[in-house]
Amino acid sequence: MAEIPLSLAEKTFILHGIDADFRNDGRSRTHYRCMELETKLMDQVHGSARLRIGNTDVLVGVKVEIDTPYPDSPGDGKLEFFVDCSANATPSFEGRGGENLANEISNVLALAYQSPDAMDLTQLSILPHKKCWKLFVDILILECGGNLFDAVAIAVKAALYSTEIPKVKCATLDGGEADIALSDDTYESVKLDTTNFPILVSLYKIGDSCVVDPTSEEEMCSSASIVISVMPNGRISSIVKMGYGSVHPTTLSKTLDMGTKVGIELNNEIISALKREDELGLNREIIGFLR
Amino acid sequence: MIKSNKTEQCNYLIRLATDRIDHSFPCNQDQQLIFFTPGEEISTQPDFLKGHGTYVDQQGILRASVAGPLEKVNKLISVKPYKTRYQGEIGDVVIGRITEVQRKRWKVDTNAKLDSALLLSSVNLPGGELRRRSVEDEQSMRRYLQEGDLICAEVQSIFADGSLSLHTRVLKYGKLSQGIMLKVSPALIKRQKTHFHNLTNGACLILGNNGYVWIGANFTDVDRSDGGFTQDLSRVRQENREVCARLRNCILGLAKSNILLSDTSVTYAYEESMKYNIRELLQPEVQLDVALLTHQRLVL
Repeated sequence: MAEIPLSLAEKTFILHGIDADFRNDGRSRTHYRCMELETKLMDQVHGSARLRIGNTDVLVGVKVEIDTPYPDSPGDGKLEFFVDCSANATPSFEGRGGENLANEISNVLALAYQSPDAMDLTQLSILPHKKCWKLFVDILILECGGNLFDAVAIAVKAALYSTEIPKVKCATLDGGEADIALSDDTYESVKLDTTNFPILVSLYKIGDSCVVDPTSEEEMCSSASIVISVMPNGRISSIVKMGYGSVHPTTLSKTLDMGTKVGIELNNEIISALKREDELGLNREIIGFLR
Repeated sequence: MIKSNKTEQCNYLIRLATDRIDHSFPCNQDQQLIFFTPGEEISTQPDFLKGHGTYVDQQGILRASVAGPLEKVNKLISVKPYKTRYQGEIGDVVIGRITEVQRKRWKVDTNAKLDSALLLSSVNLPGGELRRRSVEDEQSMRRYLQEGDLICAEVQSIFADGSLSLHTRVLKYGKLSQGIMLKVSPALIKRQKTHFHNLTNGACLILGNNGYVWIGANFTDVDRSDGGFTQDLSRVRQENREVCARLRNCILGLAKSNILLSDTSVTYAYEESMKYNIRELLQPEVQLDVALLTHQRLVL
């Protein structure tokens, strides 16, 4: 990620601020910055979303394709995450520079969505053993301004929420060969059941306390972070620790409590934002990156 | 109706793109600015003088080399870039961050095209003694300033390649202590006699010509006779911290609305922002409101 070296005095100032539960921009430890969300902004994909939080900008596109299921899970569909770090974000992403971070993010996402409680892959099945839908979730990181994981996860959830899978009219087995007919009406589509989709909450340990949604300056002061994926019902589907620092078990359990609380609230916010957008109807103006 | 809708918007953490707010003010429309993109044709007539931001291609057509509005002075045509790095001028006050310690010099990031240099001979050594720099001084350079440290300096000269040479030979310059550094466009800093301001709320503000702004958290008059090399890392009091945070949010809000930053505009914005709490100042609607009120007071 974009590394900004800070001086000792700046770090001290940030550290003391977090200690006093008053950060440099006036937020408390559990407060997020304002976000801006837009879905269905691209025509070329089945579902898309763009999220901007602070200076972090993430664009997500979801494409669906018909594929054959894995032999060991014949009744399930497939879900794949791919992250691309644009060199627009930081020059260090040029060439293969962003690959490590991209792999890290896609692994964390895959882990979060792996649990059958979080995402029920059977809803993507068309004909067991023969055909299923495969979701390609492509994530493009356009700008890095701290708190990448949370931003990516929110955008992914919004994009999956907006995804419209073409409706299968009939699927039959014809002499061992699958015969699938899609609906003639391109607007006829099925939506994913997103009720349990998790989001990521990363908690950065700075000093003795943990903060959510750090700016890139605050990220520089942190030695360790815990990324947890929280489902809307408050259950945690995965926990990943990042950074070189270590976390004491008691701190960990306290952090998880805090993360769950924040995660539930954030989930509600996302759902309410998506509902508000739905209310605007089909003829909503697409803003995108302009204006 | 619109008003109530707006206040409703403020309560949401996640906003929709359709509610995005335009931070720019409607300006006087009588002078239409023509915006050029790189490579766009400006003129085919040969009797123009090409200025900054333009070039003549093989066909003899004058084209823009940067993106921005056209400026015309008699026959001289230039395109003023919309977004640019800092072009240094001698005597400018700049804020910079040390990126590298080299032999006899520090490399400083000042938002210019090339890293600037701060020579060992152009700093005041701790203790203030004036002498030739010895090998020992050279070896202990990292003790004075190391990578990541913030400094405030003045542009002493410009090297042949366009990079800047800085100096900190006046006591007000030197290493910066606790506080917040912000980055805005260099074009937003109003050129003034002094760029050091001790605001009435007690904070110290340095508006660097290079677009870097420093909000110092040292409220007591610090003795700067040592060039800032000894740092006070004690806890900053909560009310002082709040002043810094409010200033930070105000300055970022003003910059979003492209209001020139000076001690007056920052003080006005600070005063107008008092009706909001500090965290509300992160919301676009509130930022625009404060910027508008500041603008109104500035034109009065």
